[in-house]
Amino acid sequence: MAKRTVYMDHAATTPVDPRVVEAMLPYFTERYGNASSVYRLGQEARKAIDEARADVAQILNCTPREIIFTSCGSESDNLAIRGIAFWNRGKGTHIITSSIEHHAVSHTCEQLEKHFGLQVTYLPVDKYVRVDPTDVEKAITEKTTLITIMYANNEVGTIEPIAEIGEIARAHKIPFHTDAIQAGGALDLDVEALKVDLLSLSAHKFYGPKGVGVLYLRRGVRLLPPQTGGAHELNRRAGTENVAGIVGLATALKLAQGHREENNRKLIALRDRLIDGILSSIPDTQLTGHPKERLPNSASFTINYVEGEGLLLGLDMMGIAASSGSACTSASLEPSHVLLAMGIPPEVAHGSLRLTLGHENSEEDVDYLLEILPGIVKRLRSMSPLYTTAS
Amino acid sequence: MYSEKVMDHFMSPRNVGVIEDPDGVGKEGNPICGDLMEIFIKVKDDRIKDIKFRTFGCGAAIATSSMATEMVKGKTIEEAMEITNKAVAEALDGLPPIKMHCSNLAADAIHAAIEDYLEKKKVKQPA
Repeated sequence: MAKRTVYMDHAATTPVDPRVVEAMLPYFTERYGNASSVYRLGQEARKAIDEARADVAQILNCTPREIIFTSCGSESDNLAIRGIAFWNRGKGTHIITSSIEHHAVSHTCEQLEKHFGLQVTYLPVDKYVRVDPTDVEKAITEKTTLITIMYANNEVGTIEPIAEIGEIARAHKIPFHTDAIQAGGALDLDVEALKVDLLSLSAHKFYGPKGVGVLYLRRGVRLLPPQTGGAHELNRRAGTENVAGIVGLATALKLAQGHREENNRKLIALRDRLIDGILSSIPDTQLTGHPKERLPNSASFTINYVEGEGLLLGLDMMGIAASSGSACTSASLEPSHVLLAMGIPPEVAHGSLRLTLGHENSEEDVDYLLEILPGIVKRLRSMSPLYTTAS
Repeated sequence: MYSEKVMDHFMSPRNVGVIEDPDGVGKEGNPICGDLMEIFIKVKDDRIKDIKFRTFGCGAAIATSSMATEMVKGKTIEEAMEITNKAVAEALDGLPPIKMHCSNLAADAIHAAIEDYLEKKKVKQPA
């Protein structure tokens, strides 16, 4: 096959849908008003935000008041966790989370532990990266102030039993937050069905712009806002609203969720073609994450005896964009904590490859990768001291 | 992220392989950390007659192994012992700061192979 440009890293970010760009544009140059201003230009911006908020609320099955717009998923996570922790300071000093959260959750919890005297329980996971709801229940103490467990894991795609955990949180009257950033376009976001009190979203994961996110906050759940200033977002998050971004987020979410079943069907077919192709053509390779309860677009693997960055460079040379959980591809030089949490030995975790598909990917894209990848692995294995020892 | 020279050595590494009956072997790194290098040398008349490497590691690890072996091939033992990680990185037109530790591994593995050769030589020679 001739060289192609193939993007298979949709978990990292997605291209903005042209319809989203079109919806956003007027808010840069024509309808640029500050939504807090009294005059017409300001009120136009206010109306756009209100409509966006109502659209998001409808999708999440909540009221518009319960939607807070933020600058990104990480901010939503910080708002949720710090907000709850500081509101309940003194009374609640314990947080329950998992060992496989995104750093926006885990590093926030770590800072609260180290500098603010909270205790945090990091729940273990099984080999499929699933949290056991009974472990959540066992970890609850009278000091527990928050439970935070992600909806779908960004590295291996596993979907967590959120509704079951929500049931337990409710029975104990503990606020329950879920980082739904990877779930955004693909899974059901009905907060009643999920039984969550807080939920984080990020637009750039579902064909929306970077720089805007959402925190759903159930009515009656109080938090102490970390970002103070003006009275924006009902005094929960100060800062002049990113009107274009907010309009973009709502438009993107409507598009993604509106065609969810159809999109997922297509993605699952491509994903499974990819998984079957890789597992059958490259020996000593394993699928990571749950075989069934996984995101429709996520295909993640460990490939023995080779290192992840080497794989990515080889793929990049052939026009393919992908990612890895190896130490060398992380800024911290540590291998993925998610892979380690599922019991994978470090040397195998370094050989991880994550391929996450999107709407623009085709069967030809998948077949191209299947054509290219075995050669890359073979070349790296031929240089590897681990391979010749094993074979 | 990487220079053209690094990418060249990554895509077309020099001196990959093993030597069946090596005069010295050096191993550095640890697969648990994500980097493992093996260097094999053949010595004749106090010069590195042949050198081969195997590496489990990132682009920088493979490129520095390749460049380091190219730099010492044909040199005397003394000259080869003097190779530094800085020299290897410079020969590759530089490495991102976060990747400099890979060049350490390459230089250290070569030193280890030479030390192994010298140890073996001592054992062979009568006291």
